[in-house]
This record gives sequence, C-alpha cells and structure tokens, in this order.
Amino acid sequence: MKTTKKTSYKHFLIAYAVPIMFITLSIFTIPLSGFSPEYLIQEMIIRLARNSFLVLALLIPIIAGMGLNFGMVLGAMAGQIGLILITDWNIVGIPGMVLAMIISIPLSTFLGWIAGHILNRAKGREMVTSYILGFFVNGIYQFIVLYMMGKAIPIGNPALVLSRGYGIRNAINLEGIRQTLDNLILLKIGKVQIPVATFILISAFCLFIIWFRKTKLGQDMRAVGQDMEVAEAAGIPVNRTRIISMIISTVLAGFGQIIFLQNIGTLNTYNSHDQTGMYSIAALLIGGATVSHATIPNIFLGVVLFHLMFVTSPMAGKNLIGSAMLGEYFRLFISYGIIAISLVLYAWRRQKEKERARMDLRGNT
Amino acid sequence: MSWIQSFVKQAGLPRVIIGLFLLSLFVAAPFVGVSVTSSINDVLVRFGMNAVMVLAMVPMVQSGCGLNFGLPLGIIAGLLGATLSLELGVVGILGFFVAVGISIPFSIVFGYFYGQLLNRVKGDEMVIATYVGFSSVAFMNILWLVLPYRNPTMVWGFSGEGLRTTISVEGYWLSALNDFLSFQLGTHIKVPTGMFLFFAFLCFLIWAFFHTKTGTAMTAVGSNPEFARASGVNVDRSRTQSVILSTVLGGIGILVYEQSFGFIQLYNGPFYMAFPAVASILLGGASVHKATLLNVIIGTILFQGIVTMTPSVINSMIQTDMSEVIRIIATNGMILYALTRKSVVKS
Amino acid sequence: MQTPNVKVMDKNAVLLRCEHISKSFYDNRVLDDINFELREGEILGLVGENGAGKSTLMKILFGMSVIAQTGGYEGTVYVGDKPVKFDSPFEALEEGIGMVHQEFSLIPGFTATENILLNREVTHHNFLVEAFGERLSTLNMPEMIERGDKALNTLGVAISPQMLIAEMPIGHKQFTEIAREVDRQNTKIIILDEPTAVLTETEADVLLSSLKKLAEKGIGIIFISHRLQEILEVADRIIVLRDGNLVKEVDAAHADVIKIAEWMVGRKMDASAFADKDVNTNPEVLLEVKNLWVDMPGETVRDVSFEVHRGEILGIGGLAGQGKIGIPNGIMGLFPAGGIVKFRDEVVPLNNPRQVLNLGMAFVSEDRRGVGLLLEETLDWNISFTAVQVKEWYVKKYLGGLIKWRDDAAIRQLTSEYIKTFDIKCLGGHQLAQELSGGNQQKVCLAKAFALKPELLFVSEPTRGIDVGAKKLVLDTIRNSNRERGMTIVMTSSELEELRSVCDRIMIVDEGRVAGILPATAPSTEFGLLMLGTGETDRREGEIHNGKVKTK
Repeated sequence: MKTTKKTSYKHFLIAYAVPIMFITLSIFTIPLSGFSPEYLIQEMIIRLARNSFLVLALLIPIIAGMGLNFGMVLGAMAGQIGLILITDWNIVGIPGMVLAMIISIPLSTFLGWIAGHILNRAKGREMVTSYILGFFVNGIYQFIVLYMMGKAIPIGNPALVLSRGYGIRNAINLEGIRQTLDNLILLKIGKVQIPVATFILISAFCLFIIWFRKTKLGQDMRAVGQDMEVAEAAGIPVNRTRIISMIISTVLAGFGQIIFLQNIGTLNTYNSHDQTGMYSIAALLIGGATVSHATIPNIFLGVVLFHLMFVTSPMAGKNLIGSAMLGEYFRLFISYGIIAISLVLYAWRRQKEKERARMDLRGNT
Repeated sequence: MSWIQSFVKQAGLPRVIIGLFLLSLFVAAPFVGVSVTSSINDVLVRFGMNAVMVLAMVPMVQSGCGLNFGLPLGIIAGLLGATLSLELGVVGILGFFVAVGISIPFSIVFGYFYGQLLNRVKGDEMVIATYVGFSSVAFMNILWLVLPYRNPTMVWGFSGEGLRTTISVEGYWLSALNDFLSFQLGTHIKVPTGMFLFFAFLCFLIWAFFHTKTGTAMTAVGSNPEFARASGVNVDRSRTQSVILSTVLGGIGILVYEQSFGFIQLYNGPFYMAFPAVASILLGGASVHKATLLNVIIGTILFQGIVTMTPSVINSMIQTDMSEVIRIIATNGMILYALTRKSVVKS
Repeated sequence: MQTPNVKVMDKNAVLLRCEHISKSFYDNRVLDDINFELREGEILGLVGENGAGKSTLMKILFGMSVIAQTGGYEGTVYVGDKPVKFDSPFEALEEGIGMVHQEFSLIPGFTATENILLNREVTHHNFLVEAFGERLSTLNMPEMIERGDKALNTLGVAISPQMLIAEMPIGHKQFTEIAREVDRQNTKIIILDEPTAVLTETEADVLLSSLKKLAEKGIGIIFISHRLQEILEVADRIIVLRDGNLVKEVDAAHADVIKIAEWMVGRKMDASAFADKDVNTNPEVLLEVKNLWVDMPGETVRDVSFEVHRGEILGIGGLAGQGKIGIPNGIMGLFPAGGIVKFRDEVVPLNNPRQVLNLGMAFVSEDRRGVGLLLEETLDWNISFTAVQVKEWYVKKYLGGLIKWRDDAAIRQLTSEYIKTFDIKCLGGHQLAQELSGGNQQKVCLAKAFALKPELLFVSEPTRGIDVGAKKLVLDTIRNSNRERGMTIVMTSSELEELRSVCDRIMIVDEGRVAGILPATAPSTEFGLLMLGTGETDRREGEIHNGKVKTK
C-alpha cells in the first residue's frame, strides 16, 4: 500500500481528469466569448440556483448503486403537471410553488415506485433501462397532457388549452410564480444579484442528504450499493431499499424541476423535461462524479463548469469561426460526449481494477 | 386446442397479442373510413424502408454485444455516402450504389473503433452504445456545418456553406430501388419490388455469413464466450467483426430508407433512429442475445404495421392525431419489456 | 453408528444436538444418519475429504435455502432441548447459530465496525422515526465503534475498528467476519468453515488462540479445516466424516495426524473396474511442465513441474482449492499462466488456447455449463464446433478457401456417430444441449474433445455431478480411449478412488505445488497424507495469496 508522491499526484490527475479538462477548456472559451466577468458571475449564480437542485436528485440512486438515474425525467414530468394545475387554478407566488410541489409528491412517489420495481427486474443494466423508461413515461405524459387535460381532467383556464378545446398549449406562461422564490430574498452585491432564498433551500437539501447518509436507511443504501448479495445476507431488504432510493430521487427531481421552471418563467409543456436528465447528468459528471461515487461538491463544481462551457461556447464559436450554430452544436456534443466518456471510463476502470485485484493474487515464481 | 397452445408458445404471447391487434385494426379500418389497400401499401413501403436497419441489429445481438443502440454510427456512414454521391452528381440506381459503396469504408472504420471500444466495456455495452451514438451525431453536426460541400442543392442558399438540414434526393436517386421492377396491385398498392429484392439479397448474405466458419464462431461467442475462447476463437476479434457488420448494414439501411423517403435528414435526424429498429427486432421475438432473420421480418412487419395502422384507425375513430404518442409508447414499451424479462437477465 | 462415547465436558450443557440427520440430493445420499452433540465451551473439529458431506451438514445447521429447495433433510436438530428446523439463515441466527463462510461476506467500502454491525447498527431515535419508521433513525457512530472494538478485542487482535475492509490484509478480513458473529448478543454457536485457509501462519495462530478464548466464554465452536495439525491443536473433540457417514468420533487427545488421515480416506477398497493394471511403461516424455504458475481464482497454481509419458493416464488429485484444476486450465491457455510447457519437445505458447489446440491437445473442462457447452445450441454445434474452428474439418471451401462453409451434413453424421458410441440419451443431433441430463452433457463434452482426435487429452472432474451409471460409462470411455486408441490422458479429479481405478500414476497437488507423484497402486493412506500436506508449515508464507476474496 505504498504510494509515492509521484503516484499520488498521478492519482489526483486521473481522479479529477474531467474537471481539469473543463477548467482548461474554460480558460480558452471565456476570453474568446468576450463576456464580462460580471456577466459571467451573474450567469453562474443564476444557473447554480436554477440547476443545483435537479443535480442533487441524482445523488441518492448513486449511493444505492443504481448508477446515473436517467429516469429523473419522471420526476420532472410530475413537477410540470403540478405547475400546469396551479397555473390553471391561478394560485400564485410561494403558495403556488408549494402547492405545485405538494401535487408532484404523490405523482413522483408513484412513478418512482414503478421505476424502482422495473429497475429491480433489470439489475445490472439499470442505466439503459431507466433511460428507456424515461422515454416511455414521456409518451404517457404526452398522452395525459395532450389528450386528457381539458377532457378527462378539467382545465378551466382557456389560455392553457389548445384552440381545439383540449390538450395543453406548447408554452405556458408561469408569470404567477416567475422567480418568486429567487426574488424572495434578493441580495445585491455590486451589479450581481444573489437569490438567497433559493440557495437556502438548496443548502437545506444538501444538509438533508448529509443527514440522510447517517441514518440507518442511508447506511443500508450504501451497503446495497456496494454489494447487494452481502446486504441481502445481512437481512437488509435490498429491493425495497432500491425502490425507496428511486422514490426519493424522483420526488427531488420533481421539486428541482419546479425550482428550475420558476426561474425560467415559461414552461415548454412538451420539451422542458426532455433535456433535464441529460444536462443534470452531464453537469454532475463534469464535476468529477462517477457512476458509483458522487459528492455534494461534485454538484456545485459541475454545475459551474458545465454552464461556463454552455454559456461561453456559442459566443466563442461565433467569434472564432463566425458561426454561433457551431458553438451550439459543440456544447451539445460536449454534453453527450462527456456522458459517453464517463461511462466508458467507468466501465473500463472497473474492468482494469478487476484485473489488478487478480494480479495481487498471482503467484510469483 | 393444443395446436393453438403450441403456436402461442412458439410465437410468444406478446407477438400473438400484437398480431391479433394488428389484424383487428385492419378489420376495423373500413368501418372508420380508412382504406385497407392503401394501408397495406403503406405498411409494405415502410417495411422495405426500415427492414435493413432492423437487420443491422442481428450481427451484434448474435455476438453478444447486445442491442445496437449505436446504430447512428452506421447511419452517419450512410449519410456520408449519400451526401458524397450527391456531391459527385451520380444519378439513378448507379447513384444509389455509389452511395452504398462510399458508405461501406466509412462504416468499416467507424465499426472497427466502435468495436474496440465495446470490447473494453463488456457488460455495459448498451448504455454506452446509446451515448456513443448520440455523441457521434452531435459531433457530425459540427462537421456537416464545416465540411466543404459545394453542390448547391445541398448547401444553405444564403451562405453557400454548411449542409441543409433536409436534402431532397429527387433528381438523383429517389425511389431508385423502389421503382426497379415495381408493379401495381389494384389501384392503391404499388409493390416496391427492387427494395424487397435488395433486402432479400442482404438477408441472404447474412444467412450465408452465419453458415460460414466465421459466422458460426460469432454465434458461439454470443452464446457462450468462454466456450468459444476455449475452442480457440478470438472472442474480441469476433465481436469487432460483428460490430463492423452491424455498422455497415446500418449505413446501407439508412440509404434504402432515404431513397424511398426522398430526403436525406442530417444534423439531429439520426438521433433516435436506433430505437424503432431495436423495438422492431424485439417485437419480432429476438432477445438481448439471440436474433434471427425471421425475428427481423416479423418484427418489422408488426412494428411498422402498428405505427402505420394505429394512428390512422384511431385518429379516424376519435378524430385526433395521436400517432406520435402511440409510437413513443409502443417503441419504448417494447424495449422496456425486453430489458426486464426475467429469463433474459443473465446473471 | 457410534453414539458419543467420549464425553469431554459432561458438566456443561448441550448447545446443539443432531439426531439421525440424513440428506439426499435427488438419488444421491450425501449424509447418512449423523449423530453428534456440541457442548458449551467446546471446540469440535470436523474433518473429511471433499464430498464427505461437511458442507451439506453445515448448510443444514445454518438453514441455507438450498437444503429446503432440494427436499429438506431427515432427522432432528436440537438447539438446547428445543427441536428446530430452519427455513433461512436468519432463523438460525435467531437461535444463536453464527457462521463464518469460506467466501467473505463483507462490504469493501465499509469500515470494520460498519461490517461487524451490518444491519444491527446502534441508532439514535429522532422525531422522523415516528412518521417514517425505524430506518430513519440516525446512526450512533461512537457507540458502534465501541462495540466493534469490543468484538475485535474479544478475539485478541489489534485491528482498528475504523479501518476500511478494502485496505485490510486478508487475515484482518477474516477476523472482522468472526467479530461479526461475536458481536451478536445471543450467539451461542459459531461454525467456521476453513477459516485458516487464507491466513498466514502467525495469523492462523492468533485465530486459534482467539477461538480458545471464545470457547472459554462458553461459546460452542464447530471448526472445519483440512489442516489436521490445527484441528489437533485447538479441538476438544474430533468427528470424521467419510462418504456421508460419521466414521469416527474421538477425543482430540487420542488422535494424531496419521490416524485421522486413515479414517478420512481409508475406505473399503472395492475391486477396481480395471483390475488388470497393465501399467504403462513407455518412458517417452510427451508433455513436460516446468515451474508452471496459473492465476485461476480459487485454484491458484504456484510452482508445478511434472512430466507426462506417452500412452499413460496421469491422475492429478488433491483437495479442492489447492490448484489441481488450475493446471490443465493454465496449460490450455484459459487462465493467465507462466512457466515452461513443452509438448513433443516443442515449446507450447501459454495464454493462447488456439495454439495449444493446434498442437494436438484437447480439454474437457470441469466447468461443464460455463465453459464446456453451448447450452443454447444444438448437440451438432457442441460436438463439432471446436473441430470446425481449429482443424477446419467439416468445412467446405469455395473460391479457393475464401468461403469456408459449414458442412452441416458431415456434422450431423459426426454427431450421430458419437451419440451411438457414447450412448448419449437425446432426441438427436438437433436437440439443445441444455435439455440433456448432466451425465449426457458430460458425454457431449467428451465427444467434443474426441472429435479433435487429440494426442493428449486433459479431462477435469469428469464425473462431477453425474449419476453412478453415467460415471462408469464416462470412466470406461476414458480408459478405453487410452488403452485402445493410445490417447495420452491427464485426468483431474477430487475423488481419489476414481483416480486410482483409472490412472497409471497419480500426482497430488497441495497449496499450488506438487506434493508427490505415486503409482496408482500405492496405498490410499499415502495419498491421504500427501493431500493433507505433511510438512505444510514451510509453505505457509505463500498462502496469503491463495485466498479467495469475494470480488464483484
């Protein structure tokens, strides 16, 4: 177990390769984009407030060994249904947001419960299954929102309904709750505004996660995440624990989507949730997390680095080659690419580690 | 009754149910004012368009690499072939085969590296394939924008640079295969003979391949890699071969699709193309590690039948266009079913 | 059967009593009328060859589900005076029976404490518990660490309770595992299955003394080991199992290594099927192995050198996990290996199955379902596949060899020949391999190897898990192919008698090294002593590597 200075240095580089790569990337794109530091700081603060909660929702399934929860879009959809309903009932401000969250809880719980059961039937390929599940539930969501709402589910507000008489419009104006949370306590430092209330909420849930890890349930999840068989043999209800982790993740994703959309102020009924999973996962991975290990600092680092790249690359592309589209495609490529690379590295490393563990047992003659 | 039971057992309950459902849609069609003959025509054409891409699943499934969610990689090779053939300005059936000819070396190169990658991530092939497919599509987005194509039908008019999102193949090789030896059946049905013959030819090649020594080894690798290794087969090489084969078929598949569809869809076009193909072969009775040509044919007919018929019949019944929603639910429901089947899960 | 006649600690209460325990797996009787008892503070040594029934007995005592799934058992187990029948290990734990398995059941990313108290954590109550139940109570880490420390101290080892399992040497893991059983408040009986197999000598000594300490506290211990020295050192009483019978129960003071070895292996010598014994005397060396090491999990080969003579049957014997199975697997290139192997004076490239097959060797794997068969394919494929791939037999070539077409007709003919010669019970060559019984599957594996017409054939555990009739046929086939067709054979088996009935010479492997090579006619006690590793202490230092750590 001797580690020389050189190897520990190397280890650090390997462990933080992804964040380091993105910091390097930002060093180039920030000046190229020509944005002012103030603008970028403001932009990062907004995006931290907007996205952190969603990324937070990914932590618990990772602890429980279920990998990246591509199925977090289920929660996002539940949150959106909550938002559609409160907009219809015209409940505004903080009460509106709280109500939307309350509506999302039973929906998320139900969806998370289903997702948990399905993933328990697909052990060892949770990620691809949760990914497909996201698509599948998206179909059902569209069915409900596009065909049921206004018919089977009464929607009173005509501004929400498509001209044909049922189905929700493509874009919903969420002015009733737009930035209510962000503006609840707004701190101004120079020209930079800080949405303190949102950050308080995010910190509260970070504390919740920290506390949760110290509970019996959290301990069980860690055990299940590392070795299902051993956990089972010790009498921990493995399947149930996995289902609970999915439920918690889905509920948090629902809250996260509501916080996200109150900042944006408009709900794209059929698209807002589409990229939620991908962007959150990409951000988490850029922050240095892996499929089996993620921490709270990973979240914040990841959100900042991901969005720095996200904000600066179109402008950098435009200033460099004269095409903003190029930057846009570039960031799409980065988002997918980073997930692909992380998954590959994770799988590869796992195989290598297995080999290395075997090497230790090899006879020397 | 026993023959019914044995038939259901052999065909698999889901296929029987979906087959019956499809049949009932055809029965119901005339009553809601949907023409059966033109529906049949639609199903035939769509079958021909999609079948090769479904066929592209077979080699990888057989060699144990799982469902080819990385199909977009092959599609990209096909798109390169398509756009380059247009750039060269070759028309007619020759143009189509030039496109195929150009796509194949690209597919081989892509497939080779893709195969090398998948060999290093055994056990996680599917989720990685999905994201490799996505990132390669996103990467190509950049290239479509900057590659120096010159043909004015393909590049954006105002800037003269960068390919358009949708490029018509009219005047080049639109329906090049479809029209070959095609004949009219009644007023509504026009059989795309050439496309079927081409598909049959590819099926024959695949069938023949799996009867050779190399193809036999590939099947054994999928069935039990340890057995194959102990029998002197180079497992990784065999898997790479299967990935190359799948990628080549994916490239050809998109070309067949485009010559019938009439347009080359660039940029985000190939993003979700893998999913209907995956769903089709599963619907045809394939599992995550076993697939046959019969699975391809039955699966494509059933899947295309459902996505053609359900919207038209149901839309006419309730006067609403639900095709998109139905397609999403049917496609992903089928994949989900296959992924969670207990018997399939090899521990 | 004997009733316990050696009462060591009569004064102490009986913790566990087994009466007339019998168990069959299908038609195979693996335990027959076992009677014994375990008293408070007593260490009971349990010895026996592989397959003698030790592990089945332990599975019954610990309520493993495999027992119930295969039809339960006969007889009664009493804990104290109470008759019990466990449906799951949890019920056994409930009654105070703890078990330490050969494979570690530890979570690598957890500390010693967390593992010791896994699912028995000390918790704080909080208000959320009222609403959401016990699982939301928070962990009381300081108290947990204290308890972990206490449990480890009971064993007398200095392990930090906060050390991660992943960072521990193997010995520490073993202690952590035992500490888990110690920590259970109600543990009265601990069963240890080969606990010293993975330990270094000093660690093993510490373990033995901690077992004595535990016994002093009144805990009853059943200690399974093949290291007879240890058994003699630590046990109060020893029971010997052989072929599912309890053949001897003896006070440890009245036993010694030689006697125990005799009890273990000394069985009625039934007239061998091959009484002729026209021993092969050809001195020509066909295969020469020098300093072979093989990295096969659980069957590590450290340093093995031997020669195989043309025309002989060489047996490789030894206890499970000692490396005998690793030898053929290493030579055939299935697991990473090193050293020098020469076949007909030609150096054999290792780690390359194709080359080895090309040279004219073939292998029937012990892992029939994992390596030996394509379960989802037909018998045609199974039997012909290797020949098609390696020799390109049953292949039609077109276009000057560019197309190598599988000749299904020739394959079918080949299969039907072997179905006839080996009497494989099946519906024909088109049947799937998975539909056959174990014995017939084994014949298919043999047919596959024979189809290669090898000069040298390795056969690993050819009779494992097949019924008596099939066993004889398989052994006959092996013997005939050697005597009549002149095929040289290296046969690996855990059953010494089987080896003695078929082979010319038998090599015994112990702890990854050759313990000795004897003619098959040597008395079985001599083989027994070789297997049990006389003079094992000088090899101990290498053993730490021999351990099998459970990895995912």
